[in-house]
This record gives sequence, C-alpha cells and structure tokens, in this order.
Amino acid sequence: MADRSAFADLAMEYMPALYSAALRMTRNPSDAEDLVQDTFLKAYRAFDRFEEGTNLKAWLYKILTNTFINNYRAAKRRPEKADVEDVEDLYLYHRLDDLATAGTGRSAEEELLDRITDDDVKRAIDSLPEAFRIAVLLADVEGFSYKEIADITDVPIGTVMSRIHRGRRALQKALAGTAVAQGLVGSTEPGR
Amino acid sequence: MVAGEDDFDCSETLHRLYTYLDGELTEERRVQIRRHLDDCPPCFEAFDFESELRIVIASRCKERVPDGLKERIFRALKEEEINDQGAGAGS
Repeated sequence: MADRSAFADLAMEYMPALYSAALRMTRNPSDAEDLVQDTFLKAYRAFDRFEEGTNLKAWLYKILTNTFINNYRAAKRRPEKADVEDVEDLYLYHRLDDLATAGTGRSAEEELLDRITDDDVKRAIDSLPEAFRIAVLLADVEGFSYKEIADITDVPIGTVMSRIHRGRRALQKALAGTAVAQGLVGSTEPGR
Repeated sequence: MVAGEDDFDCSETLHRLYTYLDGELTEERRVQIRRHLDDCPPCFEAFDFESELRIVIASRCKERVPDGLKERIFRALKEEEINDQGAGAGS
C-alpha cells in the first residue's frame, strides 16, 4: 500500500506533463488548471490503493482522463463533430513529397519540421474530435503503449489503435493545411 | 529492391509503419520491416520523416506551467492531509 504522505513528492514530477495534457483536453487554460488540481486531489485520496512499483504515470493519467470525461466535458455546450474525414496514411509526407525542392538545398520535409511552430501543432491537435485527440495525445505526446492507453481510456485495444491511426491521419491533414498556408505545399490535392 | 520470400514489400511495410514506430509489432515483424527499410531508400525516407514528425509533435506540445499552479496544488494537498488527520484514524 502506498503511503499518502509520500504522494506529493512522487506525483509532482508529472504535473507539467499532466497540465500539458489537460490543456489539450480542455482547450482552456483555466479549466486545465482546475482539472489538474482535481486530478491531484483525487489521486491523493486514492493513493493508498495504488500498488507501489506499478506505473504511477499511467495511473495518474487514468485519473486525469476519467476526471476530464466525467466533469469537464459535460460543461461544453457547443456540439462537437464526433468523426474525422479520413485521409490516407502518410498524408503529410506525400503532400510534401510532391513539391520540387526549392533552391535552398533543403527538402520540403526539413523545412516543415523546422518551421512548424508550437501553435501550429497545438491548434492541429485541438482541432481533432475528443476521442481521437485523447488517443493521439496519449500515444504521440506522452508515449504510452496501446495497452496502457486502453487501460487509461477504458476501451478495447482495437479501438485504441483505430483512434490513434485515424487521429494521426486527421492531425496530418490539419498540419498540411498549415503547410499550405506557409507556402510549403501547393493547394491542389496530390494526384495518386 | 531485394526481396526474400519472407520479406515485406513497400506496401506491406508502409501499412505497418505506424505500428512499427509505436513499437507494437512482434519481434519477427519488426525484423522484417527493418530489413525492408534497410534495403529501400524511399520507404526509409518516409519512415524517417514520420519518426521526426513524431518527435517534433511531442516537443511542440510542452506547455509552460502557469505561475503558482504548483503551489496551489501543494496547498490543496496539504489541506486534504490536515483534514485527514483531523478526522482521526485514516479511512
């Protein structure tokens, strides 16, 4: 049984990452702060049930995700598109690949990876419907395994994989839109 | 493109690329993908881009923690701890 008095010291190292995730979930800084604080309180209260030596990070993220779904999502009034228009794998790579290299000697891929900003990425992730957003967040930003994500979100692994893959494709489509705006790709669809 | 009987072709490789990047393939499949990537520059370039993109996405999403949040959380936990002690024997 884990000792509650040790909780703050053990858990606080994850707070910046939890805050980042909370902000992507809630898309609102004030809600994100409340969500993180609620998460820490809930985690503290449940800590005597935490099995020492098991994955504390995943455990905290499960509490964060559940708290978001149960308490924060309900506050949204604006109905949200639940699905994404699907595009093919490697969507962004193929869009960039269509471009002839500019005279700079750098590839379009290098240009994009260099020029893409924090805001570009965050906006693209924030544009995803919630289920896909959370899956991509947990996989690509936090590096959890499929199984850990299945535990955290309480859905079957097959659903996790589907949400991650579709979410990534949607994310790439959103980033491609940004790349078009920056002049890194043409505005016409690639012929394939 | 050199292909043994068990090796993957480009289509099979790219189809599994995300799962490969996620480290979720069996050892056998991982070896097959790696062998193909070693032998196929176009597929390797696609893999390299996706791998770099993943790193970029993760690093661009790090938020600065708002001032005072850490202190607020510590304070809230402290209050909770005091309440626990005040209530007598722990639950």
